[in-house]
Amino acid sequence: MITSIKGGEAAIAASHRLLAKRRRGNPAIADLGIDQIREQLSLAVDRVMSEGSLYDPDLAALAIKQSEGDLTEAVYLLRAFRTTLTRFAYAEPVDPAAMVVRRRIATTHKDVPGGQLLGPTYDYTQRILDIALLRASSDDLSDLAGEGESRCEREAEDDAAERGPHSAAHALTKDCGVLALADIVEDARPDGQSKVADITRDPVEFPSTRDQRLQSLARGDEGFLMGLCYSTMRGYGRNHPFVAELRSGDVGIVLTIPELNIPVGIGTICLTECQTVHLTTSDGALPPRYTRGYGLVFGHSERKALSMAILDRSLRSAELDETATYPGQDDEFVLSHCDSVAASGLVQHLKLPHYVDFQAEMQLLGQMRADYAERHANPSPKPTPGPDMITEALGGD
Amino acid sequence: METDFTFDDSGVYSFAYLDEMTKRMIRRAILKAVAVPGYQVPFGSREMPLPPGWGTGGLQVTASILGRDDVLKVIDQGADDTTNAVSIRRFFAHVADVATTERTGDATVIQTRHRIPERPLTEDQIIVFQVPQPEALRRFIPHEAVARKLHAFGRYGIMYVRLYEDISRLGHVAMSADYPVMVNGRYLASPSPIPKFDNPKLHRSRALALFGAGRERRIHAIPPFTDVKSLDFADHPFTVQHFEACCSLCGAQDSYLDEILLDDRGTRAFVCSDTAYCAERRDERTAS
Repeated sequence: MITSIKGGEAAIAASHRLLAKRRRGNPAIADLGIDQIREQLSLAVDRVMSEGSLYDPDLAALAIKQSEGDLTEAVYLLRAFRTTLTRFAYAEPVDPAAMVVRRRIATTHKDVPGGQLLGPTYDYTQRILDIALLRASSDDLSDLAGEGESRCEREAEDDAAERGPHSAAHALTKDCGVLALADIVEDARPDGQSKVADITRDPVEFPSTRDQRLQSLARGDEGFLMGLCYSTMRGYGRNHPFVAELRSGDVGIVLTIPELNIPVGIGTICLTECQTVHLTTSDGALPPRYTRGYGLVFGHSERKALSMAILDRSLRSAELDETATYPGQDDEFVLSHCDSVAASGLVQHLKLPHYVDFQAEMQLLGQMRADYAERHANPSPKPTPGPDMITEALGGD
Repeated sequence: METDFTFDDSGVYSFAYLDEMTKRMIRRAILKAVAVPGYQVPFGSREMPLPPGWGTGGLQVTASILGRDDVLKVIDQGADDTTNAVSIRRFFAHVADVATTERTGDATVIQTRHRIPERPLTEDQIIVFQVPQPEALRRFIPHEAVARKLHAFGRYGIMYVRLYEDISRLGHVAMSADYPVMVNGRYLASPSPIPKFDNPKLHRSRALALFGAGRERRIHAIPPFTDVKSLDFADHPFTVQHFEACCSLCGAQDSYLDEILLDDRGTRAFVCSDTAYCAERRDERTAS
């Protein structure tokens, strides 16, 4: 008996209820609070804010809760909310030199102006499961008052510069250490001179510009960027980076109010900035020197900032007269595929019904199989070229 | 001019979800697309509450053209009741509070994935296609910059070579859906992954056809009464799918059919892919 399938509406409603049930888990276990996620899963929150392109720890925590910890889904929830917000102004460029750093390292010299500040990092932990964390934590950390307070407390402080537990940090400048060696390192671009692109308003057209690339990379999927960056370091690209500067901490956001025409500080956000230097000899017009890569992301995410900086440099091949041979050097390849929201959407759309397309392809298959059977019943005297040969002969252009 | 539009701050979200400035930007892209039939207009695609690849391009186009008096029909694979169609229809019923219908004749805006309704559309209707890949040349040319250049010069030899190779190797063109069309004698365009069965419906259609590709950030259009030619050769004319069977429910012999597997022993039947067409035919039969 044939019936056309009905009831999509009821099935969707039921699916949503099942989802809510699974999200809650065992009702005997305490419900997870947004504040707990924000405070205790802060690196997940940072990643969601960074790839979601919206700095709001509470909403990012909400997205993580709503998506049962699926960070790609959480990024998407935040993006879909972000797109509805009115764009009323652009802030002044942030000044990472004025960052109140919680962590800062430079790997080119043992000692650099401003000093090395290890700060909180997993780098030198031993990756051994800490059985003690199975119980509620009872370590007394009260002697670290002022270090890494909760986000709420941090944001409540109006003037971050007044806290000053790291006086050394104030010696930091934008380009210090190896980056200050103007004779061997390329000049930094001047700040905010020309109009900056906005990839969320205007589509990127290729070949892309550096501002478009940096914006795309900043919201790109961390895993994808890291894998590509890894490929450029392993031999699929000629990338020999040093980390000239990696810092993480709070910077102030300044907005010039149009009606008043005065700059006003409206709060601080946590950023991670990474600058890499890469030995560059290929460009005949200029002496061999170090060229730069730049990474800047919301929150504390060194893996992402580092990957971004190295990819930024490898994507500058057109500008620096290098031949782009590998995926990590091809701006269209990287920018078109680094967005997790777009990638996840297209990959998962395969779960949608494809009855019509499949039927069309089945008809084509039937025709091709009939032709094949006929050809093999009466073999033709000369062989025809295979499809691979044809595609190759056509080339890419 | 600020009087061009009014901000709607009454709810949490604007009418039809997108804010007024975004809708204006998309309308401008649509106007340009209509003015240059078949040309892919880049637009600042937004994140939508549905995943990209699931119809966000169509969603944004529909959101930008919907008015309060519109009657919306949403189909996916020809059917009104597939899950994604239900989800999109509910979305607009919720954020735009517009009337929805399953009857093709009653709709003023039809958003579709992979089909064109069997009932001919009229000049009072707009059909909005969800497009995964608007670039017909993408199957040969991965690079956007190169493809744009070929469009600019109207150099579509590579596509004809593909057709020729298929015919010389297989005796026919091995493309069953998303079959490329030449719009208004100028631009090579993708009709979206509709089966080639539907391609002739685009030729001099009375309804405006808008194609939205959200992930790829492109909109293209086929205005009413525009020539749309499916690529072919004089000695190998374009043909559409032909079914030996007819619809098991309504008996239609002129519609695109879905195959239904009745068991695992190969018993199968065919029914109309266009569920509204099928239902209307059955209603007429019961009435008479």
